[in-house]
Amino acid sequence: MTTLGILLVLALLLVVFGLLFRLQILTSIFSGSTNREVGVSNRVNAILFIIFMIVGGAAFAWSFVDNYDKMNPPIASVHGHATERMFWTTMIILGIVFTLTHILLFVYSYKYQHKEGRRAFFFPHNNKIEIIWTLIPAVVMAGLVFAGWKEWSRITGPAPKDAVVLEVMGKQFNWLVRYPGRDQKLGMVNYRLIDATNEFGFDLSDQSGLDDFVAPEIHVPKGHPVLLRIRSRDVLHAVYMPHFRVQMYAVPGMPTKFWFTPTKSTDEMRAQTGNPKFNYELACNQICGRGHFAMKLNIVVDEPDDYVAWFSQQKSFSEQNPDVLASFKQKTNKLASKEATIPAAAVVPAAKASL
Amino acid sequence: MAANLPNQAQVQGGAGVTEPGISHNEHTHHDEHHEQGFLSKYVFSTDHKTIAKQFLITGMLWAIVGGTLSSLFRLQLGWPESTFEWLQPLLGKWIEAGKLNPEFYLALVTMHGTIMVFFVLTAGLSGTFSNFLIPLQIGARDMASGFMNMLSYWFFFISSVIMFVSLFIETGPAAAGWTIYPPLSALPQAIPGSGAGMTLWLVSMALFIVSQLLGGVNYITTVINLRTQGMSMSKLPLTIWAFFLTAILGLLAFPVLFSAALLLIFDRSFGTSFFLSDIYIAGQALPNTGGSPILFQHLFWFLGHPEVYIVIMPAMGMVSEILATNSRKPIFGYRAMIGSLLGISLLSFVVWAHHMFVTGMNPFLGSVFMFLTLIIAVPSAVKTFNWLATLWRGNIRFTAAMLFSIGFVSLFIAGGLTGIVLGNAALDIQMHNTYFVVAHFHLVMGSSAFFGLFAGVYHWFPKMFGRHLDEKLGYVHFWLTFIGVYLVFLPMHYVGIAGFPRRYYAWTGFDTFSQFANLNKFISVAAILAFFAQFVFVFNFFYSIFRGRRASENPWRSTTLEWTTPVVPGHGNWPGAIPAVHRWPYDYSKPGAADDFIPQNVPYSQTQSSNLPYEKEME
Repeated sequence: MTTLGILLVLALLLVVFGLLFRLQILTSIFSGSTNREVGVSNRVNAILFIIFMIVGGAAFAWSFVDNYDKMNPPIASVHGHATERMFWTTMIILGIVFTLTHILLFVYSYKYQHKEGRRAFFFPHNNKIEIIWTLIPAVVMAGLVFAGWKEWSRITGPAPKDAVVLEVMGKQFNWLVRYPGRDQKLGMVNYRLIDATNEFGFDLSDQSGLDDFVAPEIHVPKGHPVLLRIRSRDVLHAVYMPHFRVQMYAVPGMPTKFWFTPTKSTDEMRAQTGNPKFNYELACNQICGRGHFAMKLNIVVDEPDDYVAWFSQQKSFSEQNPDVLASFKQKTNKLASKEATIPAAAVVPAAKASL
Repeated sequence: MAANLPNQAQVQGGAGVTEPGISHNEHTHHDEHHEQGFLSKYVFSTDHKTIAKQFLITGMLWAIVGGTLSSLFRLQLGWPESTFEWLQPLLGKWIEAGKLNPEFYLALVTMHGTIMVFFVLTAGLSGTFSNFLIPLQIGARDMASGFMNMLSYWFFFISSVIMFVSLFIETGPAAAGWTIYPPLSALPQAIPGSGAGMTLWLVSMALFIVSQLLGGVNYITTVINLRTQGMSMSKLPLTIWAFFLTAILGLLAFPVLFSAALLLIFDRSFGTSFFLSDIYIAGQALPNTGGSPILFQHLFWFLGHPEVYIVIMPAMGMVSEILATNSRKPIFGYRAMIGSLLGISLLSFVVWAHHMFVTGMNPFLGSVFMFLTLIIAVPSAVKTFNWLATLWRGNIRFTAAMLFSIGFVSLFIAGGLTGIVLGNAALDIQMHNTYFVVAHFHLVMGSSAFFGLFAGVYHWFPKMFGRHLDEKLGYVHFWLTFIGVYLVFLPMHYVGIAGFPRRYYAWTGFDTFSQFANLNKFISVAAILAFFAQFVFVFNFFYSIFRGRRASENPWRSTTLEWTTPVVPGHGNWPGAIPAVHRWPYDYSKPGAADDFIPQNVPYSQTQSSNLPYEKEME
């Protein structure tokens, strides 16, 4: 019944619009405005441009100020402060250009609207002006490119040697996290070894993987450089950590990386935002399928001491999954019995690293 | 006599006239009244004007489909907690327990992008106006090959049918984003849309590319070979320059997309590993190793970036033309305008990897592409300043076409400026794939290309159908659309700066992305209303074809050659000889001239009072 009512109202509205439209045509024929090349509507449109500029500009300014606080995710990394500064500097320059060009566009439209008897100014070109307004954007661009290039090179440069290393692996539809353990070396993984328990595809015949541990969330120490190693085991994903201004694709078959230095612990950020439930979040930012929009991982920034405490409590994957380890031992033993001389040499560096 | 020959022979006879300006008796008999079957006149026509209308109407249908899809996903984004049982009659099983299926949501955004970029703004825009205006404005009787031109449309048509069918198949249409990045697009295990839907997508796009190449070869050949006497390259209207360069870009870029599609077909169906490597999916490790998903992105964006200029350059050309005509002023800096089109065309081929700053590509490459990308802002800025200078001290008539052209300039500035942020690799780290990107390209290539399209339709409708579109409805259409576009895409920047990722079914799972629920609702309402406003245009279009006010030969008092044809030009365009061209296309309000425009075909000897010193020699 209501559907029928709505349809009826819509049909009536269409009829009203249709009648108005015909009426408009007839009146314009009778008033003779169809024969004039430029009618009253020219003036109306010119005025509308000015109204659009003033009302639209005011609405834009108001909505921008109103939403400004919500727009900026609080910054929690060293390079984040630099890029944020550059972003808003660029935006100010763009804002000035936007405002000036739009004032010219709308004011010219109004001011030079058609007037009987006036003739437009024949002004086909002027080399001097054209050179000037080619050079000005070129110079501004050069400045922006230079600043951007410097920052980009610093951000993507090699990570400091003492950086904390961890690995994030994307899969449909969650993230897996792996730490290198005490030896600071991530062990070998192989996608062919992946199964329900061995989600990373640990190759435990590699000694440096024995102390690797997996974690349900990311922990990183405050004020210490962190090197994220990123991989994917199925389709493209992207590690996106808006508070740290970090983003990098996770590509199957091609490990990627990104390093950054967190500047505020989770607790500090909770105090700053006044939100006791605040958490740093990692989002997937490359379309990956049904669960793309829910591919979330929490990040905890600890004080360095807390981080060490958390780290030392973790149990390695091999320790937690003795079955998986055992199956690799069988394989390795078979290999070892064949070539007994090689393992002896390999054990020494592994033992050193585990100290 | 020629009047009794079938259509085909006539058009070829017309197009074969390579020495225009010479009177051919047979052409004096050309008119609309000779016998023609319905099929050869309206369906399998080789006449460039009919083919243009076919492209236009097909493009309009596609735009309605594309707009409907966007309204559907904006409903989801505006009201993520609501149920949509009432959409069940339309969407059927894609509404599960009242909720929109998330995979179908991805299919909606994928198909919206594909349809709008390729089927509306490539085929609908440049297919319509390149076809319609190239022969008319350069003074040719038709395209170099009318038959290839017809094929171009029918390949597009078949491709359209296939793409449309893919919307209705059981596993759903392609859903890997319009950029169809593998492995997602290669593996049906990853998303059902990558099954039959993706196959149809690839087949459809392959045919679409064939259509583009057939059209492009024709446009280029026609512009180079069939210009009328006196129509040197430096006397071409800017529209033709834009269409010409657009066709060259398409000819060089589309084959690369074809190769990417072909390799993807191989990966999907024949077990190759061009783009696949080290994949464990659906409980199974795939045998593919050694491929690179990033390779696909390089191939895709090698087309994809020129593609945005393929979309925008025809609009730039038409806007230049319309701004000059309705300001009653020469376009400012004609040569600079051509130069900047050339610069944009050249640079558009060396900026593609700015879509890939954070894919893991070597950061040094990122620096190179950042540099090249920001250079392309310079010719774009020059064009903008020249448009503004064209308005300055003009005598502006606000036709609906003029309103849309001014709107185009506004949107092009608004969207183009934020490109400077995204082209900066350091800033792109945060902004990549957020709604900031969505807002940017919807303004600069989506909305502004649409505005160019509308401007073109309002301006050349009298030449297409011999009648005017209703001006008042045009004003209503313009203001609703102009305001609507800003209401949608300005706030979208705020959402983007806050880091909201694109292609999200809902942001409710993240605390980080929880603050803009109301703003998203607002954007959705504005988007849906702006979409409905387009039906004002659709009505106006079909109504005016039959009942619009009758037009005169040159209703806008314009200078270019198409306005020297009869009200509705017949086959061969000019009933008599093709006019010869004597001057550039922008002699508006020339001091000393009797009228405020001098058409291109008026010799200097007839305008002695207005000739400039260097033109005296040419009298």
